[in-house]
Amino acid sequence: MPSNKSVSDAPIVQFTNCRILRSHQLQREDLWVREGKILNPEKLFFEEKGSADIQLDCKDSIIAPGFIDVQINGGFGVDFSLATDDFKSGIDLVSQKILSHGVTSFCPTLVTSPPAVYHQVLPQISIRNGGAHGAGILGAHLEGPFISKEKKGAHPEHCLRTFEAGAFQDLLATYGSLDCVRIVTLAPEMKRSSEVIWELTKRGICVSLGHSVANLSQAEDAVQHGATFITHLFNAMLPFHHRDPGIVGLLTSDKIPAGRRVFYGMISDGIHTNPAALRIAHRAHPKGLVLVTDAIAGMGLAPGRHTLGQQVVEIDGLNTYIAGTKTLSGSVATMDTCVRHFQEATGCSAEIALEAASLHPAQLLGIEHKKGTLNYDSDADFLMLNDDLYVQATYIAGEEVWRQDALGM
Amino acid sequence: MRLVILEDYDQASEWAAKYICNRIIQFKPSQGRYFTLGLPTGNTPLGCYKKLIEYHKKGDLSFKYVKTFNMDEYVGLPRNHPESYHSYMWNNFFKHIDIDPNNAHILDGNAPDLQAECDAFEKKIEEAGGIDLFVGGIGPDGHIAFNEPGSSLSSRTRLKTLAMDTILANAKYFDGDLSKVPTMALTVGVGTVMDAREVMILITGAHKAFALYKAIEEGVNHMWTVSAFQQHPRTIFVCDEDATLELRVKTVKYFKG
Repeated sequence: MPSNKSVSDAPIVQFTNCRILRSHQLQREDLWVREGKILNPEKLFFEEKGSADIQLDCKDSIIAPGFIDVQINGGFGVDFSLATDDFKSGIDLVSQKILSHGVTSFCPTLVTSPPAVYHQVLPQISIRNGGAHGAGILGAHLEGPFISKEKKGAHPEHCLRTFEAGAFQDLLATYGSLDCVRIVTLAPEMKRSSEVIWELTKRGICVSLGHSVANLSQAEDAVQHGATFITHLFNAMLPFHHRDPGIVGLLTSDKIPAGRRVFYGMISDGIHTNPAALRIAHRAHPKGLVLVTDAIAGMGLAPGRHTLGQQVVEIDGLNTYIAGTKTLSGSVATMDTCVRHFQEATGCSAEIALEAASLHPAQLLGIEHKKGTLNYDSDADFLMLNDDLYVQATYIAGEEVWRQDALGM
Repeated sequence: MRLVILEDYDQASEWAAKYICNRIIQFKPSQGRYFTLGLPTGNTPLGCYKKLIEYHKKGDLSFKYVKTFNMDEYVGLPRNHPESYHSYMWNNFFKHIDIDPNNAHILDGNAPDLQAECDAFEKKIEEAGGIDLFVGGIGPDGHIAFNEPGSSLSSRTRLKTLAMDTILANAKYFDGDLSKVPTMALTVGVGTVMDAREVMILITGAHKAFALYKAIEEGVNHMWTVSAFQQHPRTIFVCDEDATLELRVKTVKYFKG
């Protein structure tokens, strides 16, 4: 039946025979889309006297909001921390490939690098909407160089820096520009970090604590100055101790300012954290858990050697180490694998697993009014999944941008 | 009248749905020749709506050429409030079927001029050629739509203040908070429903038994407004066993026989 033309000429698509994730539950409802946004069909019916132009049978699929990966260093041979000539086509390649993992928006992440790299690379990253060309870019995640030497992990020591001298000005000089920066990971025990955190937060940049030896009180201080995220909880920080829980203690801290929530990234690839640790974190603070891949250039490629910024890493199955060591360096997990592993390890519902990769990262970045949910007027970035949470199709702005082919890839 | 007594709620719902379905199919509605249906809300018709949706999904029944007119709507409740009758009809019926939104009429309880809205509704019914089948329910106080005790039996669509009985009965839908329950509604009049060519009243449950007794075994009385249908040429009362609990055995035996 034709839609009402008084409000909009755009075609209305009704996805039927599906279960949609809405209000934290999988509900048997149809999903309506118009002009790239989720449409309210009741409003359409009563106010516009409109109806669907196209009806699509989803064969009982689950429809969930598209995944948002806020920590991904590269993939498919592309390394976001390498200032190559074809950097732009590299980012395009990754953004296109991750559609098949269910990622519809991401934050390309740069590990600790020399200032020259930031100055060359950052201007080439632009915040842009997703589409058939690939997942949308929400802005860069700069992990380092203002991190702790003791917890550098796979980051190159010679590039670590402090902002003791000029605080925020030092940071700005190092990065060159903060125009397209969305998240900065730093170690809050560093001198003058409070000022820096405050300045970044003021500019709408999400500050994350990581690669740090901060104690709980330093971490809480950082949160009070605006920090809202923890980079890969448990990894590259002091372990939980019962008399000083360190950064991990933020999950149950009573010093979080009212109305704010601390989120924490977890790489649930089965390697970076023991499933028991994943469960402890999830049970302590379920609403803050954000699934991230921390994927590196080798993700999507055969095992062997690849780069991660200034370092060489070695992939062996799902494990990635600094070549010749046992230091973990990023992962080769895909986002959908992380979602499935998370569900398996915690025994949680599909709704919770899916929200950890969609709603929570959207809330972290303060964009849940348009991403991360299937609420009316949200961007129509969504996935069709089967009951085992394998992605069957990916949609951005209501258009199908990837589909699992019949033979399975 | 016809009094159709089914064993339980599910069977009564199914009987009523089948009746409506057959009426529509026999009418053979088409472009320019619509079947007009009056519709109720509340708990009682939910089973009937579910069955109608089932018939539609099976491919046996289309609402493409059906026009509907709902009986009533609360005044002052936002259209998208979960307890509004717009929400009820959307969630329990319209969103599952193929009715043209232009043909689904519900009174607007937020219209700037409420009486004008009521008059316009009467006009729409008239323009649609009148109602072929008006389906209704009965309140515990014997009211049809919101024609509360004391409503004129020749009344038309208008604004009504709700009786305390009704407000109390509705409180459960508003978190048990009486202050949240609407106190006024727009409703079709008794006269409006009497104008329909055929009327079907659904009555199920023991709590409606006394109202049914008053409606069909006592006289026509404006205190029990459903009693007006004793004077309608074609009315069917569809009920379950529990709803007949206050009737005389003689009445029940007659209609069951």
